[in-house]
Amino acid sequence: MPEDTSAQPRSFWSGSIAFGLVSVPVSLFVAQRSSHVSLRMVDEDGTPLRRRYFCNADDRPLDRDEIVRGFEVEKDRFVVVADEELEALAPEKSREIDLRRFVERSQIDPVYFERAYFLAPDRGAVKAYRLLARSMEEAGRAGIATFVMRGKEYLVAIIAERGVLRAETLRFSDELRSPEDVGLPGLEQAKAERVRAVEQSMRDLAAERLDRDALRDLQARRLRELAERKLASGADVVAATEVAEGGEGEEEAEVIDLMQVLKRSLEAAPEAAGRRRRPRRGPRRAPARAAGDAELEQQSKSELYERAKALDIEGRGSMNKAQLIAAIRRAS
Amino acid sequence: MAARAMWKAVVRFADVQVPVKLYAAVQDRTVHFRLLHAKDHAPVRQAMVNPETDEVVPYERTRRAFVTDDKDLVVLRDDELAALEPETSREIRVLQFLPPQVIDHRWYLRPYYLGPDDGAGGAYAALAEALARVGREGLARWTMRKKEYVGALRLHAGYPMLVALRHAEEMVPLDEIEAPPGPELDPRELDMARRLIDMLAADFHPEEYHDEYRARVEALIETKARGGRVPARRAKPPRPSEDLVGALEASLKQERKRA
Repeated sequence: MPEDTSAQPRSFWSGSIAFGLVSVPVSLFVAQRSSHVSLRMVDEDGTPLRRRYFCNADDRPLDRDEIVRGFEVEKDRFVVVADEELEALAPEKSREIDLRRFVERSQIDPVYFERAYFLAPDRGAVKAYRLLARSMEEAGRAGIATFVMRGKEYLVAIIAERGVLRAETLRFSDELRSPEDVGLPGLEQAKAERVRAVEQSMRDLAAERLDRDALRDLQARRLRELAERKLASGADVVAATEVAEGGEGEEEAEVIDLMQVLKRSLEAAPEAAGRRRRPRRGPRRAPARAAGDAELEQQSKSELYERAKALDIEGRGSMNKAQLIAAIRRAS
Repeated sequence: MAARAMWKAVVRFADVQVPVKLYAAVQDRTVHFRLLHAKDHAPVRQAMVNPETDEVVPYERTRRAFVTDDKDLVVLRDDELAALEPETSREIRVLQFLPPQVIDHRWYLRPYYLGPDDGAGGAYAALAEALARVGREGLARWTMRKKEYVGALRLHAGYPMLVALRHAEEMVPLDEIEAPPGPELDPRELDMARRLIDMLAADFHPEEYHDEYRARVEALIETKARGGRVPARRAKPPRPSEDLVGALEASLKQERKRA
């Protein structure tokens, strides 16, 4: 997205995964935080400052609705583009992650991967989510699709691991330069004994496991240590109560506890346990209905579909359950 | 057109030294907008203000503050921050060589090509060939523009590539995420789902995918630059499939027809 400071940050993307005709509504959550140390800009007294925009003509800060986005088509000539116009460019279909292709995970060159998100099933979608995750993991394949999120189109690989689905955005091939694009010279033939010497040095440094500690952000740690030392001494500390709301820390709101969301969608999804085909304990029948209706209603859509097929009902492929029941009743 | 090198350094491990130039392997193709004042379409300028008084605080009078977990602020002086800055260095130090895929791609942040710098001589080609022969990825550390990096040294299209990695603190470990629980899945449904995946199996051809949205944004700008208009639309929220088996069966049928 452009430097979109005018739009309200949305906590996450919600949409749905289409797997054939199965639709799995999901929400996306960041699996990687941009940084775990946040520095804020303050004035000399420690008052947190806020970024505001000013027009050169008058000297007051502009409100959000006074700011628009423009693309510079030539020097000092801008085409103004409204948020709604950009949103309208995203076709409805691209708000859905339509898995039309499943590729072997090992076929995706790792340099394509850009950013990972966890997918959580929305209300009512837990069973379909689990089914998709399990079958993809067993097949060793990733689903490939494109979709639009926050004003940008993404190529995405849906990867299942340990029963959890991840959406990993991929770079488009025109975003990756080839060695020729960069202008690297053709590779020369290396001298064999030189290659052997370098190879031996590599083997001497061989290790089998990645030490997570090697990936610690030491720079951030030093910063944190400095802050903690100062905090302990009480120097230059501004207590939380004095901090004004709002300001620069908006991005923080986007890191959401995935477990909480999962829990929420599970609590809100009793039907995932099989409301449709397994009758609840004790008979629960609508009294005013004809017996034939009740019998039909207890059948699954596929059973109804099979019956509609046996009755040669036209247009059965595109009917929902209620329509199938009505058509079967009419035909039989 | 050849790209410009963004940094020069020396790859070093044991007694191996290879002078290299770094090139960005990723090209930003995003359509960038400027923020304008709605009234006169003049670009706005940003400034930091005191939110209580709306008074602008000039840059020289701003300070950086560390936000603690309790949301307290610790103001850090410029000299304190400067003392924390890493020493400037031109070294890309390779610490170890790991089997492929030990560094999971989720760590990958940004790839850079390494090209030969003056004086590399045969060392550059030897590095490339040795990487291919050993079949391992180097784990490297370097400091570029006052920022410390950890990266993976590997080959891409036969050329040495350095991929900056995310820091451990930025990654949510996979084992912290639990899969949504539920009853045993129906073998019949699993079988149908597997068959549907098999029917949709394909090879990965990245060049087949295009950023159509970006193309539409560019077209919109062009239309508007000529004075045209484009109508707006709204989206509907998605709904879960009512009947999983029915949808799977219908999908299989549909794919069979396509085949």
